[in-house]
This record gives sequence, C-alpha cells and structure tokens, in this order.
Amino acid sequence: MEEAVQHEEQPSKAASIFTTGPLRIIVSLIVPVIAFLVLRWSFIYMRDTDANKLLIGLVALIIGVGAVWALYLITDNLVSLLPQGIGDTVRPFVFVGPALAVIGLYLVYPLVRTIYLSFFDARSVNFVGVDNYIFALTSPDMLIAFRNNLLWLVFVTGFVVSLGLIIAVMVDRIGRWESVAKSIIFLPMAISAVGASVIWKFIYSYQPSPRPQIGLLNSIVTALGGEPQGWLILKPWNNFFLIIIMIWILTGFAMVVISAAVKGVPAELLEAARIDGANEVRIFFGVIIPYIRGTLITIATTVLIMVLKIFDIVYVMTSGQNDTEVIANRMFREMFVFRNFGRGSALAILLLIAVIPAMIYNVRNIREARR
Amino acid sequence: MSVTDQTRRKDSGGWMSRFLSNLPLRITIIIIAFIWTLPTVGLLISSLRPQIDIQSSGWWTVFEHPFEIAQWTLANYQRVLTTDAMGDAFLNSLLVTIPSVVIPITIAAFAAYAFAWMEFPGKSLLFVVVVGLMVVPLQMSLIPLLRLYTQLDLNGTFLGIWLAHTGFGLPLAVFLLYGYISSLPEEIIESARVDGASPLTTFTRLVLPLSVPAIASFAIFQFLWVWNDLLVALVFLGTKKEVTVVTSRLAALVGERGEAWHVLTAGAFITMLIPLIVFFALQRYFVRGLTAGSVKG
Repeated sequence: MEEAVQHEEQPSKAASIFTTGPLRIIVSLIVPVIAFLVLRWSFIYMRDTDANKLLIGLVALIIGVGAVWALYLITDNLVSLLPQGIGDTVRPFVFVGPALAVIGLYLVYPLVRTIYLSFFDARSVNFVGVDNYIFALTSPDMLIAFRNNLLWLVFVTGFVVSLGLIIAVMVDRIGRWESVAKSIIFLPMAISAVGASVIWKFIYSYQPSPRPQIGLLNSIVTALGGEPQGWLILKPWNNFFLIIIMIWILTGFAMVVISAAVKGVPAELLEAARIDGANEVRIFFGVIIPYIRGTLITIATTVLIMVLKIFDIVYVMTSGQNDTEVIANRMFREMFVFRNFGRGSALAILLLIAVIPAMIYNVRNIREARR
Repeated sequence: MSVTDQTRRKDSGGWMSRFLSNLPLRITIIIIAFIWTLPTVGLLISSLRPQIDIQSSGWWTVFEHPFEIAQWTLANYQRVLTTDAMGDAFLNSLLVTIPSVVIPITIAAFAAYAFAWMEFPGKSLLFVVVVGLMVVPLQMSLIPLLRLYTQLDLNGTFLGIWLAHTGFGLPLAVFLLYGYISSLPEEIIESARVDGASPLTTFTRLVLPLSVPAIASFAIFQFLWVWNDLLVALVFLGTKKEVTVVTSRLAALVGERGEAWHVLTAGAFITMLIPLIVFFALQRYFVRGLTAGSVKG
C-alpha cells in the first residue's frame, strides 16, 4: 500500500524504471506470459463453465474488448524493443497479422479442406472421385433443388429490382412523405428471415373447411367464394409463396439504393426531355433507366448472391418438404440429418462456383481502384 | 411549348393543382405501404390476443370493437418468455451478439490501417485475397470448422460462435474500414508521423476517432446480421436451451408447436424487438450499413 502511494507521488520515476534498463526487458517478457495465461484461463473458463450467464457475459466483454486490445498493445510494445530497422519491417504484420490469421483459419483453410472432402465418402474415409458431384448434379432430389434455386433467382431478383425501381421513382415525386414511405417499405429488411417466415406462415395458415380461416390469404380467398388451400403443400406453387417472403424483405433495400441513384439524375436532363415533349413513361425508360444502369446491375448482382444462399426461409417454412428444397437447405441436411460430409461439401463447392464471377468482378474493381 | 409558358403554368396552378396531379401517385404509394405493413401489424395484433380468440377468428376482427379491453392480453408474452424459454434465448442472443460485433471491428480496424498506410511485402496480394473472400458463401466453411470445433470441444460454446462470426465478418469489415481509412487525408497521417507519433499512437489517437462513421455503419450491419442469423447459430451453438439464441429458438418453436399461434406470434415479435429499435433509432446509419454490407458471403 505504501509503495503504491510512493509510486503515485513520483509517477515519472516509477514509469521510467519500467521503461528503461534491464527491468524493461523483464517486464516485456513477463507481461506476454501473464497475458497468455489469462487468455488461456478465460478460454477454458468460458468453454467449460456453467456459471451465471451475466458473469460469462461480463468476462466475455472484458476479454472481447480488453484482451484483443491487449494483444495488439503488447505485441506492438515487443516490436518496439527490436532494433529500428527490423521493428519497422515487422510492425505492419503486428497490425495485419491477427486479421490474416483469423481469415486463414475460418475461410482459407476450410475452403481448401471442403474441396478435399468433397471427393470423399460420407465419413471422409474413402476416396470416391466425383461421385458426390454426380449425385449433386443428377439425382432427382437435387434436380428439384436446382430448379427451385433457379425459380428463386429469377423471380426474387426480377421482382425486387423492378418493384424497387418503380417505387423509387414514385416516392421521389410525392414530396413530404417520401422518407416515411421509404421507412415503411424498408422495415422488413431489419427483421430476421426466421421472424419474417413466422409472419408469413401465419398469413398462409389453413384450417379445414367448416372452421373459420385465421390466415389472411385463406380468409380473402373464402370471402371471394373460393375454397381454402394449404398453400405450403400446393406443388409447385408453394415455391412462389416462399419466394414472396424474400421479395417482401428485399424490395425496400433495392428501393432505397435505387432511390439514391434516381436523385442523382440531373434535373436539366429531365427538364430537357420534358421540353422535347417526352411523357413520364418515356422519361422513365429513355432517361432514368439508362442513367442509373450501373446501380441496377449492382443491386441485381447483390440480390442474386443473397438469394443463391437462401436457407432460413425454406428451413422454417417447409424444411424442404413438398418439393421446396433448395441447395443451401439440402447442404445443411446432408451435414446434420444424413451426416454425409462428402455430399455436403460438394454442395458447398457448387455454391462457391456460382459466386466466382462476383469474386472476379470485385477483385478487378479493387485492382483498378488501387492503381 | 416554351420554357416561360411552362413556368407560368406552374405558378398559376399553385399547390392545389400540384396536389391533385400527384394524387394518384400518393394513393398508389399509400396502398403499397399498407400492403407492406399489413403482415407485421397482423403479427403484432395477434400476439396481443388471447389464445382462444386467435384460433377462432382472424386478427382483423379486433377492429370491430377495438376498445374492448377483454380482447387484449400480455399472457402470450409471459408464456413464451418463461415456459418456452424465449427469455433465456434473448439473453443468449445479447451474449452472442455484442462480442461478435466488437471483436471483428477491433481486428479489422488494425488490419485496415495497415493495408491503407503501411508498407509490407505481399500487401496487394493479401488485400485481393481478403476482397475475394468477401462473397464466399459461409456454407463453404461449415463442415471443416464443425469438425475442428469438435476436436477443440468448442461446439455449443459462446466462445466458438464469437470466433466464427468474427471470421465470417472480417473480410467485409476490413474492406469497408479500408475504404474509409485509406481516404483520410494523407497530410494528417504524415504530420502525426513527423511529430514523432508511433504507428500505434497514430492509429488509436487519430485514425480510430476519425473513422467512427464507418465503424458505426459496420457495427450496425454486423449487429443485425449476427442477431438475425440462423445458420451459424444452428451449426455452432445448437438448440440446447442454455445456449440457444432467439432465431434458433423461434425456428424450434415453429417445429414443435406448428399451429400454436399465440406462442409463435409473441415469440416472433420478441426476436424482432431489438432490430426494430435499432432501425427506428439509428435509421440513417442503418441504411448505410446494410447497403454497404449487403455483399457479405
């Protein structure tokens, strides 16, 4: 206690003891060891503990924020002990190293490993060549999954981009209430696909005929004199009832992005077209669409990539039953239901192959931007 | 028609004619907004009705006598939070989400600074790899990581899922923060160096505070992504009650209690609560973050 007080009285001296001379080297060796032990202890603690959740949460935050920061501060401190030249060469890797290590472990290694596993059988013991790919591309189940993925890609992308565009152009002209309308349509983007699925499952809810229909869709149908339907088992239309959910979620997103682009169309351009006698429809197709073509392509690509991996909605709504299977849901089932890691890996690779054009496009863009 | 003609017409018409010419447009927008809101409103209203009412009549019938107190109840929420373990799941979701946002931001900020303002061998190539990995579907990683986690005994732990979300979020985080940090004026960074500040000081005292807008956008994106995620939670956390999060709990409820709408509607609204608060409170950052993050794999 007294020592601590003295230290406070002479902070500069106390600090200098630790930052100069032989003590500094000892400190900089001990601190990493302690840090390592604390990290290891907290790792084991958080892995094995059944302790109070709030306590774990607190430890988590301290470790999450504190330890990650400590890691950088300590290594940076160590590096500054090195001779100037070597230190300057090493320091960038202190900054960039942890990110590369995590990316390597969570993305690069699994990528290589998944390619490897896709050529082995269910338990990853025997080499089976391209059998898993033959299964993925020819089995009747998978053909349905491919058909459905194609339906999703075409209809979600088509509707989201065109609805987004039309609404964006319309809200641009209504003045004061524009931002309110945009918020309302954008809102579904905030909620989870699981939540959205429950919302829509309720809309599609079906009760056998004499009972009252509590689902919105069936009650509209019966009010118009039709027969109530179990929409989610109605092949092949059930796919479209799932697709509508994704359209509901993503249209607002497309609308907001496109709306920003529409506002970028120069007023003089629109004015000139009007003076030339073009009506609003011609201005829409002849001026606005060509001007924002780039944005439309970007949005379409983004939606395509999102839809390609569609999983949650199918998992919650139908689990892929009644011919609603999609690739990502099947991949999940191969992993957890059938325990077939070979087939699961092959399906993951097929998803990867589908996004390669987007990867190349991104990389090209970044190369050009950096040049 | 000449320009002056047009201007005169606009003036003489006044706001009334403009209002009328816009009317069909306004009505269309109102109809669209109405259709877009209807599903969520139906869910919210149903979650507040007694079980027996939900099963016997549509939610829209509440409007026949909206002020009749007896038709409203919070019992569904009470039930789903306790009996159906949604309360635990809510806490778990917070425990999963907060570190899954903070850790990747920290790691990505350091890396983005290095990519933007430091020189090291292989820099361009490494950056290209990071950008390329941005759109890789995370399905790609699941099987090898699941096996690795089994060996390390990390399956079903919070630590395991924080690290997984960190890994999957990093390429995007690095890319977004790089975009912002590299566009900071060179003179600022340079003058800090001339003043003798170490790279670490420059980063913590100068670059980080200046990058708050970019960090906020990514934080909101990642927060919602992790909060709303189902796949990663199912794979690495599982559905055990002690660790499961709101999304996988809700998905499990759909499976267990298919047509128990009093449970499902209240449960769904609980999963949506935080995203909706974030949405209304931070809308500007929210749109920016989601737009920037939409390419994530």
